[in-house]
Amino acid sequence: MPDRRSLLAAASLLLAAGGRPAAAQARFNSLYMFIPAGPGGGWDGLGRAIEQVARQAGLVSTFQFENVGGAGGTVGLPRFVGQRRGRPDSLMVAGSIMVGATFTNRTPVGIKDLVPVARLTEEAGVVVVPAQSEIQDLKGLLEALKANPGGVAIAGGSAGGTDHITLGLILKALGRSAKEGSYVAFAGGGPAQAAILGAQVKAGISGLSEFAEQIKAGRMRALATTGAERTDPAIPTLKENGLDVVMTNWRGVFAAPGIRPDARQKLVDFITELHALPAWQEMLKTRDWADAFLTGDAFTAFLAEDQAKTEAVLKEVGLA
Amino acid sequence: MDPIAGLSLGFANALSLGNLGWALLGCFLGTAVGVLPGIGPALTIALLLPITFQVEATGAFILFCGVFYGAMYGGSTTSILLNTPGESGSIITALEGAKMARNGRAGPALATAAIGSFVAGTIGTLGISFLGPIVVELALKLGPAEYFSLMVLCFVTVSAVLGGSPLRGLTSLFFGLLLGLVGIDLQTGQPRMTLGVPELLDGVNVVLVAVALFAVGETLHLAWRHVGGASEVRPVGRIMMSGRDWKRSIGPWIRGSLLGFPFGVMPAGGTEMPTMLSYYAEKKLAPPEAQQEFGTTGAIEGVAGPEAANNAAAAGVLVPMLTLGLPTSATAAIMLSAFQSYGINPGPMLFEQQGALVWTLIASLYVANVMLVVLNLPLVGLWARILKIPQPQLYAGILVFATIGTYGISNSVTDLVLLYAIGLIGMFMRRFDFPTAPVVIGMILGPMAEQAMRQALTISQGDWTTFVTRPVSLAILLLALAALLGPRLYGTVRRVRD
Repeated sequence: MPDRRSLLAAASLLLAAGGRPAAAQARFNSLYMFIPAGPGGGWDGLGRAIEQVARQAGLVSTFQFENVGGAGGTVGLPRFVGQRRGRPDSLMVAGSIMVGATFTNRTPVGIKDLVPVARLTEEAGVVVVPAQSEIQDLKGLLEALKANPGGVAIAGGSAGGTDHITLGLILKALGRSAKEGSYVAFAGGGPAQAAILGAQVKAGISGLSEFAEQIKAGRMRALATTGAERTDPAIPTLKENGLDVVMTNWRGVFAAPGIRPDARQKLVDFITELHALPAWQEMLKTRDWADAFLTGDAFTAFLAEDQAKTEAVLKEVGLA
Repeated sequence: MDPIAGLSLGFANALSLGNLGWALLGCFLGTAVGVLPGIGPALTIALLLPITFQVEATGAFILFCGVFYGAMYGGSTTSILLNTPGESGSIITALEGAKMARNGRAGPALATAAIGSFVAGTIGTLGISFLGPIVVELALKLGPAEYFSLMVLCFVTVSAVLGGSPLRGLTSLFFGLLLGLVGIDLQTGQPRMTLGVPELLDGVNVVLVAVALFAVGETLHLAWRHVGGASEVRPVGRIMMSGRDWKRSIGPWIRGSLLGFPFGVMPAGGTEMPTMLSYYAEKKLAPPEAQQEFGTTGAIEGVAGPEAANNAAAAGVLVPMLTLGLPTSATAAIMLSAFQSYGINPGPMLFEQQGALVWTLIASLYVANVMLVVLNLPLVGLWARILKIPQPQLYAGILVFATIGTYGISNSVTDLVLLYAIGLIGMFMRRFDFPTAPVVIGMILGPMAEQAMRQALTISQGDWTTFVTRPVSLAILLLALAALLGPRLYGTVRRVRD
């Protein structure tokens, strides 16, 4: 019951906004926000954050949400493309997880069928080992990986996802094949963390936020982050260690296919204005999201590069 | 903070009027969503997340925990009355519970489920308060190899539901294993048997299959066999549990709780495995005259044990969430995201940094547990009266209820097509005496066992001996072997001796 669900959310947000007068000119009377994941996750969080900020600033009067979760977004994707074609008032949240999933699932509908609007946030990954591991630093792990990649079991999220691709890129940078890796996929952060804490595996790769508390408590040792620059000043990046690997879990918004260029521009302008609001910067800070704003042709070029990189690794592992 | 000091602080906070109000609201909402198939606690809490902008943290978490515990109570009601389980943990409850209801013992079945939930909730909450951190450290020592062995042990329990013909029972089991294969394979990301339907990429929902086989299949079968027949009204029977019911329930409650709690704490445990093991254990432990009731008129042990196991496991799920910040179920994952929206980072340091909040939350679990049994016991009589509805209307109602609930799982028409297609299969299975429970067990265990086995083999680099060289794994496998061969050997020895 998406309608009742969105009504409930809208009602509570109405209370939250307290009927504040519109500060800016409304760009949309009503905006349809499609989340190809269940409520409560990262994509849902981004969608609801956009709603919260845009409504408070008066950029959009009402939002209508629909959540269709499953399979890295590839269950919802064809539904959005099919049902919202040519509709200028529709946005869909998506990100790097979907890029990998469209390749591994070989879905006929892909990211290419969407109209890119903007990338908004990104999160660096982190490579960790259990606190009791004999591996002390990244050098130790890389040596072990170089000598015998199969012997170093590494836990992470679902196969073909960002974590898996990161491992593949590390192995390639070490001169080994991505196929040689010993990647153990877990459904969700909980079981993967448990396997690392219990030293069932040698190492783990996932988003920094997933492991941050375990690292702070000293139960996991962070070896490196996967962003272009340090996210946590205490943890070096892979790049600093001489590995040419940058992989982040980015999230952004897309429009439906078949919309006119001016309709796309209107959506880009809306997100650009939203991004410039102090409330959005505040939101990024409370949610601990890194700002990764990118739009227009730059975003399109980034997408193409991201897809090529992902496809190359997945082909090598034999998953695409 | 030691547990006693923590609890006294927690109770002082939890017993404030405002927090009692949140607990009551949560229990009420939870019971309601537990009754509806499809809408579980995870979805409900997700829908309630926006209140985190408004309500202070303690109140919100008391509400969420009330919903969580309440859903576990409510889940058994429809399982027993309508053979329509609301969530996967109460599928096993439906096996005996629905048979008891059909034979005029709906009242005692509902009562033993409610009181069993209370006993299990109390034992589970005591476990959270005093044993949590220790149990979770032990649970971390279990890896995929041990989980696979545990699932092998659970497969033995299938024998308890196979029915008269092993061939028919095993056919059902393999049908379930087949259904469990549908969807994306976690270890490779490749879709399997999805026939190009995107909705199938995420697999077939197990609650959907249980509702289809148990409720829809039975309704269609009834309609088919009773065309023009006189409609009979089922006896409601006595509402309260007799002294004998109490005596037969106490053992299963305690055993179920003790079995359920550790499974809940295990990061890859869940509520399904302990309910199966509890059902199997109670069937084997029951006295001969009670054993006759299993699978025929419905045995109270088969409701009391699994229901207690389900609730104790649900309580156990909170342990890794509170002590380590590990979300081991969908509900726990959403509660963790609620912690984050308050700027609280759930993790190993939560007890130290947010001691007051955590102990208030634990205290409110005790409160919620008492509220739920007080709310639910008087309702037993009311619920049982549902069965007085004449059969055609009652079954029409069940169909509507199952359809709405299934649509609620993912708002997908594909799910409705599946519901009726599998329901039709269920109708023929009933007609030709194929047991339906093994389908559901196969569907739950198959994918879990497959993933655990492949994870274990990836870690061991393809070395199969990992299952017998790890001591805990070997012990569980030996236990499974004993459970499988023990009764047969015992029988042979006795026959030889006679």
